[in-house]
Amino acid sequence: MATAIAERLSATGRVNALELRGVTKQFGALVALADVTLSVRPGERRAILGSNGAGKTTLLNCITGDFPASSGTIRFFGEDVTHFPAHERIRRGLRRTYQISLLFGGLSVLDNVYLACLGVSRGRFSLLRPRREDALLESARALVHAVHLDAVAERKVAELAHGQQRQLEVALALAGAPRFLLFDEPAAGLSPAERADLVAILNGLPSHIGFVIIEHDMDVALRVVESVTLMHEGRIFKEGTPSEIEADPEVQELYLGHGHG
Amino acid sequence: MALARPGPPPATAAASPASTAREAAIPPAAWITGLVLLLMPAIASDFFLVQVFGWALILGTIALSLQFLAGYGGMVSLVQMTVAGFAGYMVAILGSSGLTQISLGWPFWLAVPVAILLAVLFGTLSGALAVRTAGIYTIMITLAIAAAFFYFTRQNETLFGGFLGFNGVRAPVFWGIDWRAPVPFYYLCLGWAAIAWGLVVWVVRAPFGLALQGIRDNARRMAALGFDVTAHRIAAYAFAAFLAAPAGILLTWLNGQIAPGTVGIGPVIDILVIAVVGGLGRPIGPFVGALLYVLLRIFALDALVALGLSGQRFQLLIGLGFLVTVLFSPDGILGLVERARRRGGGASERGGGG
Repeated sequence: MATAIAERLSATGRVNALELRGVTKQFGALVALADVTLSVRPGERRAILGSNGAGKTTLLNCITGDFPASSGTIRFFGEDVTHFPAHERIRRGLRRTYQISLLFGGLSVLDNVYLACLGVSRGRFSLLRPRREDALLESARALVHAVHLDAVAERKVAELAHGQQRQLEVALALAGAPRFLLFDEPAAGLSPAERADLVAILNGLPSHIGFVIIEHDMDVALRVVESVTLMHEGRIFKEGTPSEIEADPEVQELYLGHGHG
Repeated sequence: MALARPGPPPATAAASPASTAREAAIPPAAWITGLVLLLMPAIASDFFLVQVFGWALILGTIALSLQFLAGYGGMVSLVQMTVAGFAGYMVAILGSSGLTQISLGWPFWLAVPVAILLAVLFGTLSGALAVRTAGIYTIMITLAIAAAFFYFTRQNETLFGGFLGFNGVRAPVFWGIDWRAPVPFYYLCLGWAAIAWGLVVWVVRAPFGLALQGIRDNARRMAALGFDVTAHRIAAYAFAAFLAAPAGILLTWLNGQIAPGTVGIGPVIDILVIAVVGGLGRPIGPFVGALLYVLLRIFALDALVALGLSGQRFQLLIGLGFLVTVLFSPDGILGLVERARRRGGGASERGGGG
């Protein structure tokens, strides 16, 4: 066990956090992803931009294993996870949030986060009830605090406001010891104030945790990342720093056009 | 617990480990019910004790295993009666029965645990086949397993005794007690029903049960949190089989026999009806449904004859009862009671404790 952790830690220094080679995803005749090759360093924060249908969410789904890629390889910190089921990838430190909140509406906020902590711990099948000072419970409480939801910790998730549910999405992704995060439009439907809050939460993440963020709101996306990948019709179209991407005339034409017009 | 959501999965998930602060104390109604059940032999006749309450407790326990899978796991399994019947068959085959050329005559302390173990294995394998499907397909595949087992027992003479099955399968005598006598047998049924009920109440608040409810609500998200959804579901089937198997043995002892009729499509559907009519929301629901079912089975016949109708129509009454329940109270009789209580002042929020 100790050597495994040591290996992982040393691997963190050398190997790319994410390494995609020729990842393709077809739904019948529709090619949603075509030969995507992409690498992200550990700790790197990258935005994936693109119009609707560019394949951004499909890419995330292939990375996490929500659905498998049709071809190509996916490496996570050097390990080939292409054929791993989703839960095995998650247990290796990959995390994601969903564009449309996928939460457990019937459970309380704390229980939702508790489940997230439980998922990456031993004792998933435990028949023993946790005690009050249970370690998992403690870390769940800490996470609830980290995403500013203490006030509603005992409330049922179905009763929360939309913005609070989005914050809870982030909390679920932070459970356990994440090594890399994938955010799928975390700002969708948030008010300007909530967006500022989200930017604060994302920028407040420990610097060794890298992430990929899909976001339509440039004000959020470009303020939390150091590199940008632009996708178009299932392919990678352009890569660069936020300022390069913003300045690129071709990009403006294709994607930012109406926003800046 | 103002449930804004209509219909079944009533998220008794307030039963959660994280929210220890809200852990409900056992309400007085449960204490009273328990006391009445314990003292029942002092008031009830032997017939009521065994044929009404014993039978209802057994059927309730089998339906409870379905309630656990359906209510907390979102998996409507029609194989639970079959698992129970399988255990009954195993006890007849391994232990002693009137069919001496098949029965091995093992002592009960060996035959019963092995029978339970084999039935749990059977239930787990059925679950492994069923868990990759969802909704109507889970129902279909478990129904197919149940039907296959029924026809198999009917045609297999060498192991399952064919159409007639096994007779003379009796509860044992030990600790100087004849467990087939009405009062001990009643306590045997009550004992297992109480243990099974307690196990479910406990497990749904333990991490395993909480995760199962998470899978019910959102399997994809649970996978994205690191849970092996398939393994978790199969484990739920194994647990449910463990509840149903001893009840199946008790049912065999109650009838003194086990035959294909016990595991036929009719009884399989009856278990579903019992669980749904009682209410899938809480573990006590199936027992309420079972008591109602048993009373109807026994007394509807007389009532119908008194009205000048054919006694065979009792199935019609049960069917009508099912229709009315599903139409007017999708969460069963428990749901009706809860709503009535809330309307009548709503002082005590959530009773039952499970």
